[in-house]
Order: sequence, then structure tokens, then C-alpha cells
Amino acid sequence: MPDPPAIEAHDLTKRFAKGNVLALDGLSFETPPGTVLGVLGPNGAGKTTAVRILCTVLVPDNGRAAILGLDVVRDAVAVRRVIGLAGQNAAVDENLSGRQNLQMVGRLSHMARGQAKKRAEELLEQFGLTNAASRSLKTYSGGMRRRLDLAAALVAQPPILFFDEPTTGLDPQTRRDMWTWTERLVAEGTTVLLTTQYLEEADRLADQVIVVDHGKVIAQGTPESLKADLGSTVLLVTLENSENAPRAAALLGPLGTRAPIVEDTLVEMSVENGPKAGSEALRVLDADGITVLGLVLREPSLDEVFLKLTGHRADSGPPAVATQASAESVGPRGRSAR
Amino acid sequence: MTTVPVDKNAALRPSGRLEGIGWLVNDSLTIAWRYLAAMLRLPESILFSAIQPMLLVLMFRYVFGGAIRGVHGSYVNYLMPGIFVQTVAFGAVISAVGVAEDIQKGIIERFRALPMARSAVLAGRTLSDLTRNACSIALMAGLGFAVGFRIETNVPAFLAGLGILLFFSWALSWGFSFIGLVVRNSETAQVATFPILLPFTFASSAFVPVQTMPGWLQAFAKYQPVSQVVNACRALMDGGPTSFHVLIALAWCFGLVAVLAPLAVRRYRRPA
Repeated sequence: MPDPPAIEAHDLTKRFAKGNVLALDGLSFETPPGTVLGVLGPNGAGKTTAVRILCTVLVPDNGRAAILGLDVVRDAVAVRRVIGLAGQNAAVDENLSGRQNLQMVGRLSHMARGQAKKRAEELLEQFGLTNAASRSLKTYSGGMRRRLDLAAALVAQPPILFFDEPTTGLDPQTRRDMWTWTERLVAEGTTVLLTTQYLEEADRLADQVIVVDHGKVIAQGTPESLKADLGSTVLLVTLENSENAPRAAALLGPLGTRAPIVEDTLVEMSVENGPKAGSEALRVLDADGITVLGLVLREPSLDEVFLKLTGHRADSGPPAVATQASAESVGPRGRSAR
Repeated sequence: MTTVPVDKNAALRPSGRLEGIGWLVNDSLTIAWRYLAAMLRLPESILFSAIQPMLLVLMFRYVFGGAIRGVHGSYVNYLMPGIFVQTVAFGAVISAVGVAEDIQKGIIERFRALPMARSAVLAGRTLSDLTRNACSIALMAGLGFAVGFRIETNVPAFLAGLGILLFFSWALSWGFSFIGLVVRNSETAQVATFPILLPFTFASSAFVPVQTMPGWLQAFAKYQPVSQVVNACRALMDGGPTSFHVLIALAWCFGLVAVLAPLAVRRYRRPA
């Protein structure tokens, strides 16, 4: 019998009575063991609902899902033994110390007392929290709390991990640390499902990406293949002088697949053949006496992929330092633009 | 790339009944430990939760002690069982607020994704409440003795009275945890519980004999559980006909647990 997928979802639907919201509308995907699946989508796309169903916290209205072949509804208890959950919804206890939190999770994962203690110390060490171990969580910074949250998910060394927007609201340094830890876990064979609004994050970590909007998968593939689907390369030309920009745009226009976008001294456009368009651009601008300071060719970002797929932008932008409550209340910004 | 070996059979192995009960006990104790450890980390909260019952004893003893008549014998002896019951009743608000806070902060979400016994969260919660109530009752009894409270029966009867009191407090913990699960917000939990508590504690035999109340109120005051538990404690501590009151009080406690515990557990199990 072939090994079952690490995580599989078939036609999941979920409607919330409150507000009559159809959170999931036939969500399906599969991910093999030892890989990272990036679940990408704006606020309110249904990412968290999907994670909660896969973690046995919620029951779907229709469809089925399984972890390592274990049904999330029928074999819920067995599923809970092989998963770890970290992120915006699963909290740690503020009134306890870091050490007490990890020991508690160990005991509730049915580890022996000594084993739970030993594991807590290991994780505190690994996440640089040993010095703060006996302090109340109330004294922890946001970054420390998030590290403890991640550590709590790893207590029982589960082969499947769910990270629900693990870096939302984090400072750039802690974000990069989270990425490094995630990569290390995957190198050790763990399967990770990661939801994110940050395209950069999915690009960096995910082997496969599914783009979710309105509760269903609207695109899937590797980050590279999704970007390649755009079928073009982005050409960026930086001029010495912004006064020349409109004239440069007019000259470059015929080289691109869409009208160039001008922003101060920057001219941005999509082209079919990057290197050819690049050298041609330099030639026509030079012939017209326009000084070029820089020229960049790059693959389209997932942000652009998202815009193309959904017709609206993902809720990207700088990672706002938002509490969970305010992040919830912001709502689907992209959607309201429709 | 190495794959973490997963013993799927081990994950699927159904736990035996005995093993299941073992885990329920283990998990409940862990959760009870969690609440008590959190309390110990906040010495000021211990101080204030100790001050409140002590203040109640002193206030009722000295403010009302002289004014309230119509009671044969010592009013202090009459009063003390009432204060005990009132304090555990108001203390139950902590259960509602604690459970609501756990939901609000998302820790329940983590518990739900752990392989722990599902009823352990509430069992642990009520177990920690029981411990806290035992401490505050000991404190109140000690202070009561200092301000003139005397056992008119005997020590075993007095201890039996405290036992009924604790049983009642445990039943209330289940009920108030249920309220916390329903309202899901600690501030709401705080205000939602008072309209329930006030009529039950004051329209009762806790501080004055029910006979002094108007007829329509007597009908409620006489039979409601707080009065019955007060009557049983009073009989066991201060004397008088005992077995009838004790039986009624025990029936109330058993009945409340039998209804409220499954109600709360069912509500907890119901996915949000």
C-alpha cells in the first residue's frame, strides 16, 4: 500500500452560522511528507478555518481530511498525537513561566514527568529562552512569546506541524529566525503546513504553494511555476533624471507586453524575453541621450501572481505590529475593494 | 532527507477504558496544577482573595451582628454558616471568568489540538476551585473562631458541614464554568454572574430567617439550594434537627452536579 499523503483535504466546506459566512467552499489539496506547503491568501480567505479543521478543533460540514491517513473527524485523538500547532490561534498561558508552559504541554501530551521536564529544558535551550525560563510570560517580548509558542508546538516532536501565520506582527529579525527554524525542522523530515499573507515567506519556505481565496484553491504549484505562469519577466530601469521618465517610457513601450509604469526615476514593465529586451532598452535610451543608472531583470513576485489570479492584492505591505484582536478586526481589505 | 518514523498503529491504538481513566486523572491534575501554579505566581491575587472572605466575616459579624434580631441563640453562630456559603457562591465567579479568559486568549484552542482527555480541562478547573475554596473556608473558620464563633454540636458534625459546603462549591464551579464557556468573554462573565448570585445569596436563609420575608419571596427563599445548604451547615454546626436538612442539601448538590457537569462538558466538546 502506498504511503498516504502527510496532509490531505477533499472538498472541505464549512459555513459559520454567525454571519452566515461560507468560510470554506470545497477546499482540496494534498501534500507529501517532508515538505512545506504554503497556504497563501488574504485575511478571511479561509486559511485559519482550514487549519482548525485539520487540527481537529473544528468539524467540517462536508468533505473529509486526513493526516498521515488518519481521518480528522473519526480518528481525531490519533491525529492529535501526530500534530503540533503554532500560530495566531493557539496560545500559551500568560500566567505561567516559559518552563511551566512547556512542561504542561508535555504532560498533556502524555509524556512522563521526567521526560516532559527534560524536553522543556531542551526546547528552552534551543530557542534561547533558558535565561527567561522561570519568568512569567507577561514579561516576555512579542518575539520571545512567539518562540515559546513554536517551542510548545514541538514538545511532542510531532511529524506534522501547522503554523498559522507564524510571523504576523513579528519584527524582521524574529521573522528570519522563524524561517531558519522552519527550514531546520523540514530538513529533519517534518512536514509543515504554513499559512501566510506574506508572499515573501511562502516564496522562501514553501515547496508547494496553494493560493486560497473565498474558501477554495484558485491556484497551486511551486512558487517558481506560479511565477512562471505569468509568462513574463519584469524589467526595471532606473534613470538619472525623473524628467526623462515619460520620454523613456514612450521609447520602451513597444518592447513590453503591457504599458510601462513610471514612478519617479523608475520605469517598470513586463517583457517576454528578458535579456533581449534589456539590451534593446539600453540601446534605445542611449541613442536618445537618456542616462541610465541601473537596469534590473527579475522574476515576477508572488504578489503579482496573486494580483493576477484574484484581481485584488494580497494583504501584504509591511508586517504591521498588530495584536490578534486588531488583526481580526481589520477584515479582508482586499475583498472590500471589489 | 530522513522521514520521522510514525507508528501509525500506535497512534490509532484505542486506549483501554482503564487507561482512559488514568489519562483523565493525569490530565485533570495537570490542568488543576496549571491554575494553582498561576495563582501562586500572583501573590497579590492570593492576598486579595483571602481578604475578601475575611472582610465578609468581620463586616457581617460587627455591622449586622448587633442589628439583626429574631434569631434565638448567638447571631454569630447563626451567621457564620451563611457567610461560608455566600463566600463559596461568590467565589464561583472566578470559575466563569477563568474559563472565559482561557477561550478569549486561545489556550483552549491549543488544548483542543492536544491528545488530552477532553473533559479534563473542566475537571481540572473545578478541582483547582475546590482547592481554593478549601483554603478560603479554613481561613474564614479560623477568623470566625477568633470573633466569637463556636461549634455548638461536635467536631465531626462541623467537618461534615464543611464537606457539604465544599461539595456545593464544586457543583457551582461546574455551573459557572458553563457560563464562562457560553459567554466566552471574561468581562461579560463577570457581569453575567451577579444577577444570578444576588437573589440566590440574599433571598436565602444565609443572613436572616426566611420567615421574615414576604410570602411570595418565602416560597423561593425557602427551597432554593443556597438556603438548603445553609440550613444543613447550620444544623451540623449550630445544632437543631439535622438529617432532613442534610439530605435535602446533598440531594441539591448531587442534582446540580448531575445536570451542570455534563452540560458544561458537552458545551466544551462542541466545537466553536
